[in-house]
Amino acid sequence: MATVRFIGAGTGAGTPKARRSLRIPARLASYLQATPLTLILGCFLALPLLMIVVVSFWDYDFAQMYPGFLLMNYQETLSSWVTWQTYLNTLKYAAMVWAITLFLGFWVAYFLAFHIRTTAMQMVLFLVCTVPFLTSNIIRMISWIPVLGRNGLINSGLISAGIVSEPVEWLLYSDFAVVLAMVHLYTLFMVTPIFNTLMRIDKSLVEAARDAGASSWQVLTNVILPLAKPGMAIGTIFVVTLVMADFSTVQVMSGGQSASVALMMKNQMSLLQYPAAAANAVVLLVLVLLMVAGILRIVDIRKEL
Amino acid sequence: MTDTTKKPAGISRRSLLKTASAAAGLAAGSGAITGFPTIWAQSKITLRQFGTGVSNINAIAEQCKKDLGITLEMTATDSDAAAQRAVTQPNSYDIADIEYWILKKVYPAGVIQPMDVKKLKNYGSVVSLFKNGKLKPDSVIAQGTAPHTVGYVEKPGTKTFAKGETEWFTMMPTIYNADTLGIRPDLVGREITTWADILDPAFKGKTSILNIPSIGIMDAAMIMEAAGKIKYADKGNMTKEEIDKTIEFLIGLKKQGQFRAFWKSFDESVNLMASGEVVIQSMWSPAVAAVRSKGIACKYQPLKEGYRSWGGGLGLASHLKGAQLDAAYEYINWYTSGWVGGYLNRQGYYSACMETAKKFMTEDEWGYWIEGKAAKGDILSPEGKVMEKAGAVRDGGSFEDRMGKVACWNSVMDEDRYMVRRWNEFIAA
Repeated sequence: MATVRFIGAGTGAGTPKARRSLRIPARLASYLQATPLTLILGCFLALPLLMIVVVSFWDYDFAQMYPGFLLMNYQETLSSWVTWQTYLNTLKYAAMVWAITLFLGFWVAYFLAFHIRTTAMQMVLFLVCTVPFLTSNIIRMISWIPVLGRNGLINSGLISAGIVSEPVEWLLYSDFAVVLAMVHLYTLFMVTPIFNTLMRIDKSLVEAARDAGASSWQVLTNVILPLAKPGMAIGTIFVVTLVMADFSTVQVMSGGQSASVALMMKNQMSLLQYPAAAANAVVLLVLVLLMVAGILRIVDIRKEL
Repeated sequence: MTDTTKKPAGISRRSLLKTASAAAGLAAGSGAITGFPTIWAQSKITLRQFGTGVSNINAIAEQCKKDLGITLEMTATDSDAAAQRAVTQPNSYDIADIEYWILKKVYPAGVIQPMDVKKLKNYGSVVSLFKNGKLKPDSVIAQGTAPHTVGYVEKPGTKTFAKGETEWFTMMPTIYNADTLGIRPDLVGREITTWADILDPAFKGKTSILNIPSIGIMDAAMIMEAAGKIKYADKGNMTKEEIDKTIEFLIGLKKQGQFRAFWKSFDESVNLMASGEVVIQSMWSPAVAAVRSKGIACKYQPLKEGYRSWGGGLGLASHLKGAQLDAAYEYINWYTSGWVGGYLNRQGYYSACMETAKKFMTEDEWGYWIEGKAAKGDILSPEGKVMEKAGAVRDGGSFEDRMGKVACWNSVMDEDRYMVRRWNEFIAA
């Protein structure tokens, strides 16, 4: 417990009574401890968020924003079919990327946790998984373009092998390209938390299941999967929030032909329609928070942490 | 929107300004300015210029320092941010380097002061395009925000533009060009003559237009009108119905898979073309040069309907007065006196004062860039890189051929906000 000694306060030094009077009350101490984080989150998260909410009710023209309380931005956002279609499109990407990264992430983590025997090797292989992250997000994304393009590696390979006569067009600037790039970018966010929870599973549970006559499949479905749920939930939160907020991958990989919610916001911001973008941001925030709340309702991530 | 860092101006900057103003007053008042006075060199005058970046070139700032002694602090932003900054932070700049359609938006806010044409030494050599909208007496005035329509006011203080030429110039034109479609001549396999050729089913999935609403809609309008689907009263100022029809048309094309991609930045357009993903698309002239510099054939194809053109100039901030105002005039007079014009011409843009620029170009350069003649020797960029080999002819030909065939100017529509909303629907569709 923190104590502070004031100058001149030590007259009755040594007596227990004097000491007690210098002690910061327990309640105050805990407040002090929480202050730095509160300040940081308050200044850099809560305050900006509050400003976004406030601005979303303002009026604007090409040059300025006019303080006010108008529901116009929300009306324009929610009454337009573009918004709904864009949200649907973004949710579609989120669902597809989530399903694929969950499948891949689980099996990669499973392999690392149960098939690699030494901890050292596990760590080495895990680090290998992170190697692509040594380059920037954008580079990893853009490097798909020469691979998938009309005259790209895959198409020229297919044509010279005589498998197709015309280049396959849907490889690039399509939903396929967007999902592929996102899976590539975000799978590790699924692997890491699942690997973490799998490593914590007591091996004796698996042995006990086998002793009780469970098949490998039964061990997987009745022991490992339930215990891996918290990791999967955390990975899901990562992947879903990343995909929902993505704009660069969608723009680059779809060649500007597809829209995502964040891209819509970016368009509005580049046209200086900040209040409209703010309204959109608030809607997206509410949606994502609801999704995260839903995930947390299904899986208690604290249980295993 | 970040400012370039300011060099710490000494404490005595104000007093220096005052002495400079006295000296400048003398020099300017005497009317005996021949060549460039070196007065500014001793007085550390700084002009803050912000703009859309096309002519925010370091070489210009360096030459300005050398010739005039004026330090230029340049800031580049995109056009929407430039419009916003011009209006909301009028004291943050001395010189606005903006396009005419931006001027149309910001001038009524009272942030730009008109220039006295008597103080503009090179006013006489400004091409007539900026004075009456006609390059030659028999030219047709193009649609959109033609520079001359926002080029003059009756007197300082008025917020509306004058109908014809007056003593008060809103902005000194500096740079402009004519845009068209870029093609891969090796891949299109036929002659391209009209904007409507981008609709050819043969190019399905091999075309692109740019995803910058205010410019993209104009390219779309050129295409749609060329295809005979609509006749616009003014492409640069569409009605809601015209916007609706144009967007519906674009959405239909997109659903059919006519487009491969939509580009937003210069490098995207270069990559689409260079990789062969696209064989015909909206393009800007430096992008065509960039594709060619990779050794890939690319042509800035002139089309029979004409060009979509844009132009920019230098405007004086309203707060300028005294020595700084004189320095700003001095700067603009220097800018139009030829060195910069030659530089811009050699980049493939056009200078507003052609006569003065000519003095700073070789005969071969002038022949290639302006007269549309075949190059006698290699044509170098201002940085000294070979742009074209001997024998090359500029796409579209001479200055008069290109700027004489402008169909519409970049513009700002009355239904701007509605147009942007519908454009977003097109991208999301």
